[in-house]
Amino acid sequence: MLYDLLIGPFADFGFMRRALVASLALSMGGASIGVFLILRRMTLMGDALAHALLPGAALGFLLGGLSLPAMSLGGFLAGIATALASGAIARFTSMREDASFGAAYLTSLALGVMIVSFRGSAIDLMNILFGAILAVDNTALILVAATTTVTLAGLAAIYRPLVVECFNPGFLAAMGVRGSRYHYLFLALAVLNMVASFQALGTLMALGLMLLPAVAASFWAREVWSMTAIAAPMAFLSATIGLLVSFHAGLPSGPVIVLIASLFFLGSLLLGSRASVRARLSQRVHLRA
Amino acid sequence: MNPAFRLVDVTVSYDRHPAVHHVSVDIPAEEMTAIVGPNGAGKSTLLKALLGLAPRIEGRIECHAQRIAYLPQQAEIDRSFPISVFDTVLLGGWTRFGGFDAVTKTDLNDAWRAIEAVGLAGFEQRPIDTLSVGQFQRVLFARLLLQDADLVLLDEPFAAVDAKTVADLMVVIRRWRAEKRTVVAVLHDFDQVRREFPNSLLLARELVASGPTERVLSAENLLRARAMAEAWDEHAGACDMPMRLSA
Repeated sequence: MLYDLLIGPFADFGFMRRALVASLALSMGGASIGVFLILRRMTLMGDALAHALLPGAALGFLLGGLSLPAMSLGGFLAGIATALASGAIARFTSMREDASFGAAYLTSLALGVMIVSFRGSAIDLMNILFGAILAVDNTALILVAATTTVTLAGLAAIYRPLVVECFNPGFLAAMGVRGSRYHYLFLALAVLNMVASFQALGTLMALGLMLLPAVAASFWAREVWSMTAIAAPMAFLSATIGLLVSFHAGLPSGPVIVLIASLFFLGSLLLGSRASVRARLSQRVHLRA
Repeated sequence: MNPAFRLVDVTVSYDRHPAVHHVSVDIPAEEMTAIVGPNGAGKSTLLKALLGLAPRIEGRIECHAQRIAYLPQQAEIDRSFPISVFDTVLLGGWTRFGGFDAVTKTDLNDAWRAIEAVGLAGFEQRPIDTLSVGQFQRVLFARLLLQDADLVLLDEPFAAVDAKTVADLMVVIRRWRAEKRTVVAVLHDFDQVRREFPNSLLLARELVASGPTERVLSAENLLRARAMAEAWDEHAGACDMPMRLSA
């Protein structure tokens, strides 16, 4: 009974196994990226960036059909271009960065949907917008796994300067370190992860497994590393539960996974050990010193 | 002895409006110098210029210090960031381990000692978002201690800080002077400056006076500084004062 519920689907179906492995990889890399997106106060910009992949992926689709490498490459280039352009616009004009990201996001969403409609069907569009984690094939698995490897190695390499750049950029500057270098390296890793999760969750929800667990973890952890250590398993658990629920209930997998992650967020918001609703309420009973 | 800084006709501007205008002054080494002046007088900008962090600097700044430590205004730091007191202090050793090298046992011990020296023993593992303004300022001073600099720049070190903390941190500053380090601080409390800082620099975008504090902070100079700060013209034309030297 329990076997049928929890293990059977993965044991019996290859597509469920591949989806599970893909979620594991996505969770490990993406959750750490999500933690830094929050620390940099870039959650909305990250979201805009994920949408900005769409026209690139759509161009790849136009040229190469539903081919993952073509669409991924297109998406990656579009994401990097948007990040650089928005950063440049914010620096050279007085426009705030969130506003320029907002403008970029709307433009690229409209552009992307239009490009897909030149050639594709409504189903293609649905796949690109909402993803299809159950359709992950071996090429996609390798792409996702490679992304996670690069992300974890990359984040580990630039961890210290990146944390300081988030916390106290002025200190880094006074030490003669160019913090923007690490900012852009981080953005490149973030775009890479969005590209990887875009086949699984689609451009609209690519950030679901990155941001929600990271936000949830911020209600438990007191330091950056522990936040990451809590966010990654939470992301993987959300994905696993989401896959099972969608399998048994016949619901679309992407939205279910993101919704389960939202439940983790809600639970942490209520019960977390710091800055949560519970922590607020329990402050009524103060300690002796 | 060489001055710690020699400024020759220095102008720093934001959007072409000068925040510091044609300032030439020597800041003495191994001495405590206060930078005072009305709000918007360019005090913080001058500190940033000394660090080379200001956007556009004309004129010449000579610096004879090997290692400079800088205390920013607290508003420039994200105090909700999830980091412990200990890790924040440890950052002071950046010049030794940088972004990528291992932190040594010596660095760790130095951090413990610095935290103790600012009176925060026992706070090592506390996240910084649980600290008061005064306690956080102690943390930043501990970080300065770890930097072991021969020149310390402090931007409003005592803004919104309680009296006990001010007294404790003044002890640290006096010790720096005894160790022959140069201290330059932006301050607002004239009484404190008169009491503690032998040397002063009165700024109102332009240099009003500099030298021994009791001479600089005369009633006449302070009045002049206030009048100069109020003269700010949004539609000012280009400055026609000749630049004696260009950078």
